[in-house]
Amino acid sequence: MAEAKMNVVVGIDLVQISQVASSLHRLADAYVNRIFTAAEIAYCSTNPIVAPSRYAARFAAKEAALKALRLDDQGLDLRTIEVKQMPGGWSELELHGAARELADAAGWVGCSLSISHEGDYATAVVAATVQTPTR
Amino acid sequence: MSQEIGSKIREILAEHGRLAKDISTLDDNADLYQAGMTSHASVNLMLALEGAFDIEFPDSMLRRSVFESVASMRAVVETLTAGR
Repeated sequence: MAEAKMNVVVGIDLVQISQVASSLHRLADAYVNRIFTAAEIAYCSTNPIVAPSRYAARFAAKEAALKALRLDDQGLDLRTIEVKQMPGGWSELELHGAARELADAAGWVGCSLSISHEGDYATAVVAATVQTPTR
Repeated sequence: MSQEIGSKIREILAEHGRLAKDISTLDDNADLYQAGMTSHASVNLMLALEGAFDIEFPDSMLRRSVFESVASMRAVVETLTAGR
């Protein structure tokens, strides 16, 4: 019977909220529709005042997930990495399509997300539990 | 045509790349990430290129290396606009 080795991989990212606000102003729908899922857009756009910080935190989460996936120059649609806002106030990561396949191939058996923003910066950390078979 | 594409890419980089260096001081093969381009800026760049050249980057081309230099972006834009 093969034994499994458990490991944790971490990804982190930091995004300047004013840069996201600028992108929302200059690129508008092209920006949000290409990066964020419909559910993310619905959540972020409910309050225009905090929309840039919410989008920035979600962009940071997607980039943090990409880093945790340890991709070797692989193309990936950012909408396949989705931040779900939970009723209790925390956020969780949900992977779809190619991102899900990459995570499965990398041995991800679970992941956790934490996001935060303060002043002009938003940050996110993704920690994934990875299971790799050992002989 | 190739030169026109390269010039347009440089214009877009000046507006969206948020480089720490003046784009005019960098050659076509210079590493833009080493020149200060962030992942967020590279996504803005991708969207601006799509708008300027009326193209859409397929998922397979949403790679870090595609946006690494003027030369790499020009090669992809040329591929996506071929036959027009």
